[in-house]
Amino acid sequence: MLAKRIIPCLDVKDGKVVKGVKFRNHELIGDIVPLAQRYAAEGADELVFYDITASADDRVVDKSWVSRVAEVIDIPFCVAGGIKSEEDAARILEFGADKVSINSPALADPSLINRLAAKFGVQCIVIGIDSYFDEDTEEYKVYQFTGDETRTQVTKWTTFEWIKEVQKRGAGEIVLNVMNQDGVRGGYDTVQLSKARKICKVPLIASGGAGEMAHFTTVFKEADVDGALAASVFHKQVINIGELKEYLRDQDVEIRT
Amino acid sequence: MVPDSSKDTTKEQTNSCVVIIDTGCANLSSVKFAIERLGYSVTVSRDATVLRNADKLFLPGVGTAQEAMKNLAERELIELVKNLTQPVLGICLGMQLLAEFSAEGNVATLGLIGGCIDPMPGEGVRLPHMGWNQIEPQQDHPLFKDIPSGSYFYFVHSYALAVGSDTIATCTHGAPFTAAVNRDNFYGVQFHPERSSKAGAQLIKNFLEM
Repeated sequence: MLAKRIIPCLDVKDGKVVKGVKFRNHELIGDIVPLAQRYAAEGADELVFYDITASADDRVVDKSWVSRVAEVIDIPFCVAGGIKSEEDAARILEFGADKVSINSPALADPSLINRLAAKFGVQCIVIGIDSYFDEDTEEYKVYQFTGDETRTQVTKWTTFEWIKEVQKRGAGEIVLNVMNQDGVRGGYDTVQLSKARKICKVPLIASGGAGEMAHFTTVFKEADVDGALAASVFHKQVINIGELKEYLRDQDVEIRT
Repeated sequence: MVPDSSKDTTKEQTNSCVVIIDTGCANLSSVKFAIERLGYSVTVSRDATVLRNADKLFLPGVGTAQEAMKNLAERELIELVKNLTQPVLGICLGMQLLAEFSAEGNVATLGLIGGCIDPMPGEGVRLPHMGWNQIEPQQDHPLFKDIPSGSYFYFVHSYALAVGSDTIATCTHGAPFTAAVNRDNFYGVQFHPERSSKAGAQLIKNFLEM
């Protein structure tokens, strides 16, 4: 059976790993390669690198570190940030990334998803979605340019309409990041993720809110996501990935050990 | 992260000429790094002489069958690959290219192993088949030496080869399909050994030591 995936996310800014609370106040966590190696050794199933400055600063992720990661890491990894064209994606994949994740540029030009899927196959095209639940309107809305709070803006898309749209265009996987929960460790938004699950036929990855081991069990069992992504609990060693996987196996979650 | 023990054998292993066929596909470097982590040196090439003189060859692939066959044709590699007599390991799309035909773009492929590549049946499961899944290898096949049944490997694909007479390992996602295949000197794996942690490294090592 296909195992549920545990995915540490490394937010990269200026070549270093950082982490903010609710996308703000980024603090330095450390160098990319040693942290990636540590996670792989602990049993991470996959890594995601988000260059959170890239889209906002109108530049492509510095590709030299992608190659350094590929050299030492023997699990799959995905690179996100500022990939706006087939050429950008080709470069990242050539340097050894397994997938590319597109967020703001797909919102600016949805046909980019079609072009990337046609050229590289849907399996390496991940769409990242930053979703915010507006309590006043009770709507789930997609946000753009979340790497830079001065440029962050709401889009015309509701989260669920966008999830449908990107699948039509060739998304091979969707990472749904719930901005309300990001970095606050209060648990994944299983209500929103369950709703997304119903309309998401491709693999769905939960992001935002992990704070303790039980949150992972809950999101796998209640929202049936394919993977759970987390950052601060792993960076700050609140949760050890090896221990988390043993715990999940004891909870009868299908997991690679 | 190369362990010291593998460095000791580097001298001997560099005599073995390992070549990755430069198909123009995108995941060449991750395969290259995985081979190098085992202490081997490796060349990426599309040069006919280099390919013919290799001891072991890898045929990697990411993308679509149509695009990959187009690349092979443009590089005049189709007949050359078909006539190779050394061990060749196709990875993911590289394995699919070894089959007779691919429904992904309706393109004739190399025909070095039996069967056709069809879309995976999607009933009750999500596609692409993406993530870590367990395989059941044929017992005593040298490619799976020291790899126990039920080992997890990393898969990313939407098309697959049905289980057939050349199948040497199976996997199940909705329905069973071919996880690994072998006919004569041609080997193929649907998963990505270069991204399958220790089990994947063992498989590459087995292939290189054949």
